[in-house]
Amino acid sequence: MKTGISRRALLKGGLAVGAGLSIGFPVVQAARRVARAQTPGVFAPNQWLRIDRDGVVTIVNSVPEMGQGSLTTTSMIIADELDAVLDNVRVEQAPANPALYKNPVTGNQAYGGSRGVRDHFDMWRKAAAGAREMLAQAAANEWGVPVESVETEAGAALHRATGRRLLYGQLVDRAQQLPVPQNPTLKTPDKFRYIGKVVHRRDTPEKITGRGVYGMDVQVPGMLVASIERCPVFGGKVKSFDATAAKRVKGVKHVVQVSNGVAVVADGLWPALQGRKALRVTWDEGPTAQVSSATITREYEAAAKQPGQVAKNEGDAEKVLAGGGRVHEAVYQVPFLEHACMEPMNATAQVTPEACVIWAPTQNPGGTQAMAAKLTGLPPEKVTVNTTLLGGGFGRRGELDFIVDAVETAKAVGKPVKVMWTREDDITHGFYRPATHNVFRAALDANGAPVAWFTRMVGPGILIQKGRAQAGTIDAAAVEAVRNMPYDIQNLRIEWINKDLGIPLGFWRSVGASQNGFIVESFIDELAHLAGKDPYEYRRALLGKSPRHKGVLELAATKASWGAPLPPGRARGIAVAFSYGSYVATVAEVSVAPDGAVRVHRLVAAIDPGLAVNPEQVRAQMEGGAVYALTATFYGRITIDRGRVQQSNFNDYPMLRINEMPVVDVHILDSGEAPGGLGEPGVPTVAPAVCNAVYAATGKRVRSLPIDRNELRRA
Amino acid sequence: MITFTINGRRRQVDVPPEMPLLWVIRETLGLTGTKYGCGMALCGVCTVHLDGAPVRTCVTPVSAVAGKKVTTIEGLSDKGDHPVQRAWTEVDVPQCGFCQPGQIMSAAALLATKPSPTDADIDDAMSGNICRCGTYQRIRAAIHRAAALKKGGAR
Repeated sequence: MKTGISRRALLKGGLAVGAGLSIGFPVVQAARRVARAQTPGVFAPNQWLRIDRDGVVTIVNSVPEMGQGSLTTTSMIIADELDAVLDNVRVEQAPANPALYKNPVTGNQAYGGSRGVRDHFDMWRKAAAGAREMLAQAAANEWGVPVESVETEAGAALHRATGRRLLYGQLVDRAQQLPVPQNPTLKTPDKFRYIGKVVHRRDTPEKITGRGVYGMDVQVPGMLVASIERCPVFGGKVKSFDATAAKRVKGVKHVVQVSNGVAVVADGLWPALQGRKALRVTWDEGPTAQVSSATITREYEAAAKQPGQVAKNEGDAEKVLAGGGRVHEAVYQVPFLEHACMEPMNATAQVTPEACVIWAPTQNPGGTQAMAAKLTGLPPEKVTVNTTLLGGGFGRRGELDFIVDAVETAKAVGKPVKVMWTREDDITHGFYRPATHNVFRAALDANGAPVAWFTRMVGPGILIQKGRAQAGTIDAAAVEAVRNMPYDIQNLRIEWINKDLGIPLGFWRSVGASQNGFIVESFIDELAHLAGKDPYEYRRALLGKSPRHKGVLELAATKASWGAPLPPGRARGIAVAFSYGSYVATVAEVSVAPDGAVRVHRLVAAIDPGLAVNPEQVRAQMEGGAVYALTATFYGRITIDRGRVQQSNFNDYPMLRINEMPVVDVHILDSGEAPGGLGEPGVPTVAPAVCNAVYAATGKRVRSLPIDRNELRRA
Repeated sequence: MITFTINGRRRQVDVPPEMPLLWVIRETLGLTGTKYGCGMALCGVCTVHLDGAPVRTCVTPVSAVAGKKVTTIEGLSDKGDHPVQRAWTEVDVPQCGFCQPGQIMSAAALLATKPSPTDADIDDAMSGNICRCGTYQRIRAAIHRAAALKKGGAR
């Protein structure tokens, strides 16, 4: 297996720079690629693939590999339409070059929202199918036969009638003279050779031997290592600093102020950390120093008493609710959460007057390039971005802060610098999943069915805070999975109140759906129990207009033997949600000990992801989403005291561990639809399924995460 | 000067004795397969073998390994074919892969002392290793598979 993120490939980039190469790498790469179209020996019909005379196919993967398997899946899709042999395919990571590699749907070379496969599927297939047609045409020309009589398979063209066969490598020179077809014919699914089949991950060899290069593993000749002291309060600024003692630490070379704090630059991380300890900084803490979790809670509660902006209004929920009858009300709250990627934030940069080179584990190569161009004053094409393997992404690595650190520090000291964050930096200076406060009211008819539903959500808007949505509008990320909840209820009103107290916000695996799946699926469960109905049947009856929700709900219930007896002390809970292009239902089996400790024994999940390109990785993402969600269900809580995050490492911001891991049983429903997302959809249904099971086991409703075992204590 | 053996080679390093072994391995010796995750022995990504036993290098001062044998992920096998690595491949364990060198070193140490680990043994030996991608179910399956491979004669 060869992927582009081998040590050699990255070092090559580094050495070239160290040797004084003054031209930005993307220019070189892009120019080389364009030139190749006319270079004998390389068939390069587009930016996504090229074939040399030895028949080696090189695929350029634009989607950063953050664990979701993009190196494998991208290769599968292109190799399939190309009729190439996957084992003969090399894959390399695309440079930052939005003109060539932007996501065709978002228009940015940035990756989040589980968009890897679903946004590129058609484009990659077309690119590969076009190349395949050119190779077939080249063979037809060589043989003097109509192209319709030429078939392709396993990296070769063949003419069945005469038994003639030419390998792709032998067709390279002819194929590259041909025009690129604009509308190539795509395979019908029955012809897929890799798509939809179980293919082992192709990046495993480098990940089990230590060879894979993550951001923190980058080594550039002459490189220094920096650690940055940051203001403990969000938004605080350096007032002054005294580096005398820090500079006395052996190995410390520079102490420089950067926009995120004061960087101690040394010949290794260890001396940099010692120097940082010796550093004295006086901060201007700014207005966020007035903000604490208690303040935030109070502000949310006060805001919730006022009307909000209307995100959705059908019928007249307020009138029905005011009319009396069986009205039920509940309040749900969720905390801020940090991503806690296993690889703490880091980036490496070299800045010269002529060029900037960056090595970073980033979800956002395009944004990185634009940011560095701005910081250095260089044109974007003089900024090279090498995307390494990512030790987790989850949305955190779409942010640019840690790369700004590297560019500014490298620029200040005139040498290549790797900026390393400690775990404490990572937890205390994140971009957090918003804490929210949510009021629900519903009215039930005589049969227990909901006739009116009202939700008022209070919390900050990620898109608005980041300037990606206008202040005063409804933040789409804040209301997702509530505004579009699947239940057919005649009178429905969803309100949202933007309450932003300055805590930095970020896109956290499944974003708004991460909390909204919990609140909606818990409240509908409350209504089912209030109506005296089975929670599965109750939902099912309301999903008449949402067939794909219904499909996964039924599949999960069936596979979990919903309704069948369980061992004593165990109970089931169920939840269903749509997020990021896919539909998921989960059934949780739990037991609750007398001391309130919840044990999740099993999660049965059904997903309708449309076409499952690599079913084994669909399962892997669902398993992973479950763990991410269980950590939030049982442990995740970031609290703020005077503008400071109170948690700092895995002792006070714990993660689920293997001894708490339930069996996760994943079932894929093939709806025949276009591919949906996979990284995120596994998250939203887990907390509600678990908490609904806790209710079934104990009669106690969890309305606030993480679960507080003291509230479930019976002894 | 501190001398120890790493992956079968004797090395001498001129570093402060209190410097954590992790940074000696990664920065002084340039073996980057061993990762940094927490600095407090809470996550296990920095796990190596010290005279065969798993240790967290982020809290192990380099002075503590003088004269001893250290094995990192790079030294676990010549060709990435230790039974644990083979099982990891078969079961498609890694996602982002960042924690996997530590997971693999913990698992290999477990199998060295318990050739047929139970699920409880796996919980005991592996609960110090965090995986944020959530590969625990596959880690468990792969450890059982590695045990079978090992019994089948693969080293």
